[in-house]
Amino acid sequence: MKKFQLLLTAVIAVALMASCGGSGKEKAKTAEKAETITGAGATFPQPFYNKIFKNYSSEKGLLVTYGGIGSGGGIRSLKDEIVDFGASDAFLNDAKLAEMPGEVLHIPTCLGAVVAAYNLPEKPELKFTPELMEGIFMGKITNWKDAKIAAVNPGINLPDLAITVVYRSDGSGTTFIFSDYMSKVSADWKEKIGTGKALQWPVGIGAKGNPGVAGTISQTVGAIGYIGSEYAFAQDIPVASIQNLAGNFIKPSVESVSASAKGEMPADTRVSLTNTDAVDGYPISSFTWLIIYKEQNYKNRSLDQAVQTIKLIDWAISADAQKETTKVHYAPLPETAVAKAKAVLSTVTYNGKSLK
Amino acid sequence: MNSEKIFRYLLIGSGVLIVLIAIGIVTTLFIGSIPSFKEFGFGFIYSTDWNPTQGRESYGALPFIIGTLVTSILALLITFPFAFSISLFLGEYFKNGKLPSFLRSVIDLLAGIPSVVYGLWGFYALRPIITDLGLNAQGFGIFTSSIVLAIMIIPYASSLGSEVISMVPGSLKEAAYSLGATRFEVVKTVIIPNAGSGIFAGYILALGRAIGETMAVTMLIGNSNKIPTGIFDLGNTMASLIANQFGEADGLKYTSLVEIGLLLFVITGIVNYIGKLIMKKLSA
Repeated sequence: MKKFQLLLTAVIAVALMASCGGSGKEKAKTAEKAETITGAGATFPQPFYNKIFKNYSSEKGLLVTYGGIGSGGGIRSLKDEIVDFGASDAFLNDAKLAEMPGEVLHIPTCLGAVVAAYNLPEKPELKFTPELMEGIFMGKITNWKDAKIAAVNPGINLPDLAITVVYRSDGSGTTFIFSDYMSKVSADWKEKIGTGKALQWPVGIGAKGNPGVAGTISQTVGAIGYIGSEYAFAQDIPVASIQNLAGNFIKPSVESVSASAKGEMPADTRVSLTNTDAVDGYPISSFTWLIIYKEQNYKNRSLDQAVQTIKLIDWAISADAQKETTKVHYAPLPETAVAKAKAVLSTVTYNGKSLK
Repeated sequence: MNSEKIFRYLLIGSGVLIVLIAIGIVTTLFIGSIPSFKEFGFGFIYSTDWNPTQGRESYGALPFIIGTLVTSILALLITFPFAFSISLFLGEYFKNGKLPSFLRSVIDLLAGIPSVVYGLWGFYALRPIITDLGLNAQGFGIFTSSIVLAIMIIPYASSLGSEVISMVPGSLKEAAYSLGATRFEVVKTVIIPNAGSGIFAGYILALGRAIGETMAVTMLIGNSNKIPTGIFDLGNTMASLIANQFGEADGLKYTSLVEIGLLLFVITGIVNYIGKLIMKKLSA
């Protein structure tokens, strides 16, 4: 028994030493040069981030890694202080901001659309009113031949086919943007389902991730679901035009998504664009943000690490990076948003001193 | 210290380490689920609500407990006739030769295929068949998942069985033959009573594998967070729910998912315990 105790003590001692060794190493890091910038978060803008971070890495020789683990994961990673920046499609509300260990800044990087994508024989081009969106996604309209759909889409031969709603089974910023829109246009939705990254769905099947929903739609005749526009275009799935607040049916496109961002933007850039009042704006558009700490000296990060992080983000909103947005079906930031984003970035500090 | 002693300490050390890790996992799950337990109490186990919308959050595990048990037990029922035949084939009828060794490698291969590949196969190949048969409109659901699970667990259910069947003493079988027993009678009266507990152990192992399977199930079950109304209905399992929702979870949802993990741990433990009891009965 004595031997056993001895052994137990030894095991615990080794474990303790290992953990102490780790923190000792970190202390020595403050003066080091940055080698990699690490970020994690939303999958919705991931095609865009993958593209520009790769360009940045090959241009500046600084490795940028981005993990598409979801907006919530991005926020948690930043909260745990294990990344240089997080990424989220839903801005942090005041309650969430208060939970973070330090002041958090939002920097918008691009605009994207969530589209209603469907799989029907002959790929008809459909138009949806907010009422139809509510009816279909809440399970009140269950067949494509329903008179309410035909009334908005005259001249289109709608098949006698059951509607299969496909939603995200994992929590997601895409779901947040979609439900944010639905709550604005439908009182019934707001009351029964509400806004969130994951919802209690009355009908439909769940699939994991934007690629999962896109795959399920393209494999199921009669299916309809909401996905980030890039994923619909990549798989050539038809997407609906949606009637905006001004009454116009708008197809999601770079132009109509840009148009939705014409309105006022608060100084901290936290604004919801869904159900925009812009006449030619697509109503389910949203900014997507990178989130960072205002005070960059946390977890013994080196000054260079902070400087490189800010340089990277500054580059992401520059014309050089923004011109890549349209290649992957996102819309570039309007000039007013870039100006606001730059103003936010200029408030970043290291040890209380401005980095600019 | 001589090498004999060092070796002994090394063995004790690795044994102790495994126990420590297991205790660590349970403790972490337990501490992580305290906030959810404080909020919902034992109601968490039988509540059917899973509403993650902020402001009306309410979580319950029953749909997922039922989904997990139904898919894995159904999978075990489907796999049973195949696994048992394979065990007999390899353990008794054709122990040696090219065909049996080929069959053995194929079964080992089944165990080695990543579960996401099973999921893909189910998604692209099995789902259209289910739809064509008219069992279910979209081809997703409990039944589809169970079929794929059944194929995945065949190696676990059959290999232990064929091992113990081949270990039944030849003298017993020869005695039965000399009394005029046919081959089927030998299987019925000598092999099954002798190897029963070992064959059963294989099924318990397979059931445990089915309960914990995540990826293939997520891709096929439809991820509907409601209690399934039948085996062709959509559903969700505990493991699949955790995999789906953990990424974005925080606060109450986070701790509820950890509690689901703890419940999954407990259920696996209960299944193993019942299995051991039955095995004891069988071998006595």
